[in-house]
Amino acid sequence: MINRVYRLVAPKQIQVNFCNIDLNTSDVIVRPRFLSICAADQRYFQGLRPPEALKKKLPMALIHECAGVVVHDASGVYKPGQKVLMVPNQPFAPPGIIRDNYASTSKFRASGYDGFMQEYVSIVHDCVVPYDNIDDSIASICELISVATHAVTTFMQTAHSIRNDVAVFGDGNLGYITALLIKTMMPETKLHVMGIVDEKLSLFSFADEIHHSDRLPAGLRVDHAFECVGGQVSGTIINSIIDIINPQGTVMLMGVSEQPVPINTRMVLERGLTLIGRSRSTTKDFEDTRDLLESHPDMQSRLRRIIRDTVPVRTIEDMNNAFNTDFSNPYKTVMHWMI
Amino acid sequence: MIYAGILAGGVGSRMGMTGMPKQFLSVGGKPIIIHTIEKFLMCGRIDHIYVAVVKDYVSHMTDILRKEIGDSDRVTVIEGGADRNGSIVNVISAIRKNDSSPDSILITHDAVRPFVSARIIEENIDAAIEYGATDTVIPATDTIIRSADGKQLDEIPVRDELYNGQTPQTFRISMFEEDYFALSDEQKKILTDACKIFILAGRTVRMVKGDSYNMKITTPFDLRLAEAIVAEELSHD
Repeated sequence: MINRVYRLVAPKQIQVNFCNIDLNTSDVIVRPRFLSICAADQRYFQGLRPPEALKKKLPMALIHECAGVVVHDASGVYKPGQKVLMVPNQPFAPPGIIRDNYASTSKFRASGYDGFMQEYVSIVHDCVVPYDNIDDSIASICELISVATHAVTTFMQTAHSIRNDVAVFGDGNLGYITALLIKTMMPETKLHVMGIVDEKLSLFSFADEIHHSDRLPAGLRVDHAFECVGGQVSGTIINSIIDIINPQGTVMLMGVSEQPVPINTRMVLERGLTLIGRSRSTTKDFEDTRDLLESHPDMQSRLRRIIRDTVPVRTIEDMNNAFNTDFSNPYKTVMHWMI
Repeated sequence: MIYAGILAGGVGSRMGMTGMPKQFLSVGGKPIIIHTIEKFLMCGRIDHIYVAVVKDYVSHMTDILRKEIGDSDRVTVIEGGADRNGSIVNVISAIRKNDSSPDSILITHDAVRPFVSARIIEENIDAAIEYGATDTVIPATDTIIRSADGKQLDEIPVRDELYNGQTPQTFRISMFEEDYFALSDEQKKILTDACKIFILAGRTVRMVKGDSYNMKITTPFDLRLAEAIVAEELSHD
């Protein structure tokens, strides 16, 4: 079948390409339905990545957050019409000690090979997760939620067991989702949220304490912290965490920075801190996320608040509009894919 | 129920140089008509697909269908008619053996338009359910000249009001039956376009936005263009 693939060929320039999909494949053929725009996609679209990165990666179909519907599965595992979460990380080597979401042999969609901005996507069985009882637009942001699930799960497996006070730094989408997961998975823990924008912080009604990250209360101490800010201020935020964290605390680093950041390693050493980076999830994290969302409808209600726009997409012009809308939207923009 | 009718009744006289009808020629390593059928197979809303081919190619069509797609219980090959509407009549006859519903929809499509998109198919179905009949069109880009004798220019119609007709054309089957069978044999010979029959019967035909890639492969130039378009890789590193 001749499939349409919508690739970014240069900043703000999306072009359709036609590629053959073999229906006799062992893959599942999925029709993308709801695609969520991530900051990483936006950096490519707006041309904010370094020129050498753009030259190396483009042309490429964007979007790694997607929910779709199975249209064909020659193996019969999935029936046409089954809704699925689509996992952007595809392993190309057998399972080993290194998880496939960090293995150098794995490929990540919209970062080196084509993302989900396609008419149909041919995808391996291991990279689809069926769902039934999740709102479709929330399903489209499950990749982002699954990264937070992965980070919180890792934290619960590795951090020491004193978890009286845990802080989330960041009032954006990742901070909101991570905080919500912490409150759901560790309800006994006192959750502190640190951010900058009052209006955004007001969304965190489930948090126990809200603080402005540039004027933290004197004497405030937490046992562990999650950094969900990224960007140019990463270093400042990480050092703020180091200032208030108790000895042998764990710092989960989740924000992406284009530039290296200076870290107060003297205090890291003095307090025996553990810094763990987590940014990419795997199929297991998607399954855990699905189970969590299906068993906690209240989480879905809260997550709906960060989906600010759902844009119908039938043309390339609609795609451009969706990216431009998202650029001025601090929350999530979802494309209802009807192309 | 929703049915697709892939119309492949022609023998490709406009291609001229090949012995095989144009719909059986290969693009991207696969017969054009297979690409087209696959696109409709991927639409889960379509219950069954009928492929109407010229009589001498029914067995060939059945062979390549089995080879390229396998045994599908959603596709049936039937003999096409003398013209486009004749093929539609044959498709409807096949449908009516099991379905007498007045609400059933038929989405008809040229076999030689393999670049049709999922959007165009889905919008055709939605509009046919709501309005009864649809035609897929794109705005005309060339200036259209009308000339009765082919020598002298009679008229240059306003381009903003002109569109190029593509396919699919989609309609309620009962509507086609009512209007087509009311025509005389002479009218049937002249009125080869289903939508034209609906318009003459005073019905509303809704336009669905097509696109320029939904081209009809009818000439050697079209074939070369189609080959160039699909000669791209799915992914890269």
